[in-house]
This record gives sequence, structure tokens and C-alpha cells, in this order.
Amino acid sequence: MTQFPAATIDEPSQDRTLVLNMGPQHPSTHGVLRLVLEIDGETVVRLMPEIGYLHTGIEKTCEAKFYQQVVPLTDRIDYLCPLTNNLTYCLAVEKLLGLEIPPKAQWMRVLMNELTRINSHLVWLGTHAMDLGAMTVFLYCFREREDILRFFEMVSGQRMMTSYFRIGGLALEPPLGFFEKVKKFADRFPGNVDEYEGLLTGNPIFLMRTKGVGRLSAEDAIALGACGPTLRGSGVDIDLRRDAPYTGYENFKFQVPLATEGDVFARYACRVQELRESIGIVQQALAGMPEGPVKADSPKVVLPDREKMKTQMEALIYHFKIITEGFSVPAGEVYQAVESPRGEMGYYIVSDGTAKPYRVHMRGPSYANLQALSKMCEGQLIADVVAAIGSIDVVLGDIDR
Amino acid sequence: MALASAITDVEQLKAHPALARLLAWNTPVVEAVKFDREELTIWVQKGSVREACAILRDNPACPFNYLCDLTAVDWYPSEPRFEVVYHLLSIPKKERVRLKAKLDGSSPAIESVTSVWPSANFYEREVFDLFGIRFTGHPNLKRIMMPDNWEGHPLRKDYPVEGYR
Repeated sequence: MTQFPAATIDEPSQDRTLVLNMGPQHPSTHGVLRLVLEIDGETVVRLMPEIGYLHTGIEKTCEAKFYQQVVPLTDRIDYLCPLTNNLTYCLAVEKLLGLEIPPKAQWMRVLMNELTRINSHLVWLGTHAMDLGAMTVFLYCFREREDILRFFEMVSGQRMMTSYFRIGGLALEPPLGFFEKVKKFADRFPGNVDEYEGLLTGNPIFLMRTKGVGRLSAEDAIALGACGPTLRGSGVDIDLRRDAPYTGYENFKFQVPLATEGDVFARYACRVQELRESIGIVQQALAGMPEGPVKADSPKVVLPDREKMKTQMEALIYHFKIITEGFSVPAGEVYQAVESPRGEMGYYIVSDGTAKPYRVHMRGPSYANLQALSKMCEGQLIADVVAAIGSIDVVLGDIDR
Repeated sequence: MALASAITDVEQLKAHPALARLLAWNTPVVEAVKFDREELTIWVQKGSVREACAILRDNPACPFNYLCDLTAVDWYPSEPRFEVVYHLLSIPKKERVRLKAKLDGSSPAIESVTSVWPSANFYEREVFDLFGIRFTGHPNLKRIMMPDNWEGHPLRKDYPVEGYR
């Protein structure tokens, strides 16, 4: 069976090889990823990721916060899909509490989550193409990303660190005119994906840089813990939205894109197809958006509306209690997994019955995918390492936490 | 939605493929079970964790072939102090199970599962770094998040949140 490289690369293992450092400040490592390569001429013999440059100790910080105060911290983990982090955390705490979420909040969560997926994939597509020398795609992708960031700003007031999902529902009702704007975007977006594909999918230079590069077999992908499009690009059919539905995904129809080649192009094909599937889910969510409240009816957990707080004594008391003392969560533990743009994002939360989580552990999809990188790059050229990094879509905030 | 109370009786839970396989393999290995909030937890004897993982991975009826997550919990000051937590997923059957092993606070060590899943490599290094739990048989057990010359293990409960100043 395949094994992860055993040792840190300090010295060349042969006379003819050379140890080369790549990163942590390197334009194509997407953040502060550092790779140590052992090369023979242009060929990579061994590769070892060195991480920890962005470690901020979020897991430790969580243990000192009330449950509701952790939500803004989760935004900062995987900063390209903050809403998916919010969702995973909130679902986990709601599972601990046994809290039921109203339908409109669930559908809004699906809608925003899929917009986040598109947003994240657009950043990936733009930067991945730019790493391989295609500048134009980057500008096109960021044009559409800007629209999505405006939607985030509309609902939450923030473009990136949204904290829009709260324990028990949403922070606020979506504003007037929001659904019309999203609808206009969703109608236009498939045409935009055609544009990106027109620039890349048949482009001979892009094909030469991606086809047959960074191969990963299905067995290796599972053994090395790859997840998300990296796993599906190797032909393993798993998508948690379909296989373990959460927050109402069972009400939506969508396909799970698969590719069997396991190379950089296969992962590209999966993600581009996911863009189309996601916009389909957005269309369904817009068409079937139920009416009703966006917060659970649980005054001890969910903050009251501003208006009630100013007119009702009881609401004011609950508000004061939640802010100053938090709310206690029954003792127990849950592991909640969600399909993030990069794969399985899991939150493991242990409660000891107090108002602060005893332990919060985030299982980041990039952390898992990074271990597959060595296997992809060994025996390939140095230039292909850049293609392989782009194809697993690393986010260092998610790796180092 | 009221919370159902947790089930801790082995007899009621032995239909679950992971528990059934472990009981059929070696009954005393299973120290305790808990089914709470739709999730099954099995406490496994700490000396048998690697074998139990290998048995579950190669379980023909329901192969738990994917290691989702590996982490630890510090129950300071009670003893046994640490729990190492394994989250397994069966990709063909879409089943999940959580394995746990209890470790004492004085020089905690457990067998590495890197020979079962190579993906355990980074997770075990992370637990070693942040909790100070040693994994015997790990090919490259060194700090991963903190600098190599760091003192202490930050996720231990007796380590202050602000760090030592």
C-alpha cells in the first residue's frame, strides 16, 4: 500500500539530487504553504509539505468563548467559504441542543451555501488558471465573484467574514430585493461558465499542462484521506449533500460530477461541473423558498428581535442573559460533517453541559487533501507541482487553523 | 425536538456493523458503547486500537475504509486523562462510527494507525504537537503546527489560553 513520505527532507538522499525550498512566500502556493522538494534535475523525487505558518490556535480560543461567540471565529478558518464553516458549526451545536430550524432558514442556508461554493470555486478557477498562464480567466471569475460578494454584503453587511448563520437560524431576514437580484445572477451565470470553459476546456496549452499530470488513483486517494473534488476526480462517488443530507438538501435534485482519470484535468472537470450543479440548486431554492420565520422559537438560545427587545421586558431579560451568561448545552459530543467546496468539513464538538464548548475540533478538507500532494507530484516536473497545488485548492487558513 | 436519552447497552446496539464486527472478532476489546444523537461511539482497549482499526477497515460487510478525523480530548484533572478519538467512514455503505481510547496522563502513548491509513500521519502529528500524546510506530513524529523548540502542548487544559508570558 502507498505510504506518506516518512521523514522530513533535510538532506538529499542521493549524490545527484538537490533539496529545494518552495514557499512559504511563493505566488502559486496560495498562502503560506511551504514545500520542501528533493529534485533530480527538473524531476521531483520527494515532496514534503511544511505547515503551521498560519496557526492561530482557534481550537484553543473556542474553549474560552460562549457557544454563540465561536461563530465569528469559524469564518476565519476557511476564509474562502465562511458560510460553510458557519453552517457546520451551527449544525453541530443545534444537534447537541436538539434544536429544530424553521424551513425558511434551512432553504436560505442551502441557497447561501451554494453561492459560497460558487464563490470559492471561482477563486480556485481564476487562480488555478493564472498559475498555468491563463490570465484572462482570472479577470472573468473575479467579475462574477464580485456579484456574489455583494449578495453576502446585502444579507450580512460583510463581504467575506459574514457570520450570517447563527445557532438557531439566521442573523437577519434577507433584505427586500435580494431574491430578485440572485435570480438575475442565477439566470446569467450558466452563460458565464460557458465563457470560462470556452477559454480553458479545449485550450491545447491548458490540456497539456493538466492532462495526465498529478495522477492519483482511487485507492491512493482513499488511503491518503483525500476528499471532495479531489476524491471524486479519482472516481470515488461520495458527496455528503446526497449521501448524508443536512439542512434540507434531501429536497433538492442535483448530480454529483465524477471523473475517473484522477489527474489535474479530472479535478478541474469535476469542479466546473459543480458550478453548474450549484447554480441549479440556487434556482431550485429560489423557486421553492418557503415563507415564515428565519429563527427557531427558542428564546433561551436565539437572540430576540430588536423590536421585541425594546418593547417587551421578557425579551430584554433573555437578551441580557444570552449575552452575559451564554446558554448551557446538554453534555455530549457530536461530529457534524458538511460537503464544503473542498470536501468533507467536519466539526467535532464536546460539551460538558456548560455555556462554553469543552472541545471544538475542526476537520479541515484542505488538511486532508494536502497529504495527497506528495503522491501526485513524485516523478513529475517542478512546473507540474504548481498545477497539482492548484488542483487540490488549498486554503491555508483551513490547514493551520 | 426533544433529545432522546443515550443508549449504552451493548445488546441493543449490536446490530451496528462496526460493533458487530468488533464483538465477533474479540469481545473484551469493546470496553463500552454509547449511542447518542444518532452517533455511535465505541470505547476500545488502548492496546488494541490499531488492530481494531485494521479489522474494521477490512470488514467485508461494511468496510470502514476512510479515516475522517483523528483527534484527542483532555479531561484534566480526572484520570484517565486523555481520550484519543477516531472518526471512521465507510465510503461504500456511508456508515460512520467513532472509536475512542482512554490514556493515562503520565506519559500518554498509543499505537499509531499510520500503517492502517497513511492519512493518519498529519493527524497524529497534530495530536502529538498539541496534546503531547506519543504515537508508537509513527514514521515521523515531530511537531507540525508549533515551532520545533516550543515548550508545552497548547491544547492541554492546564495550558493557559493566553499562553505562558
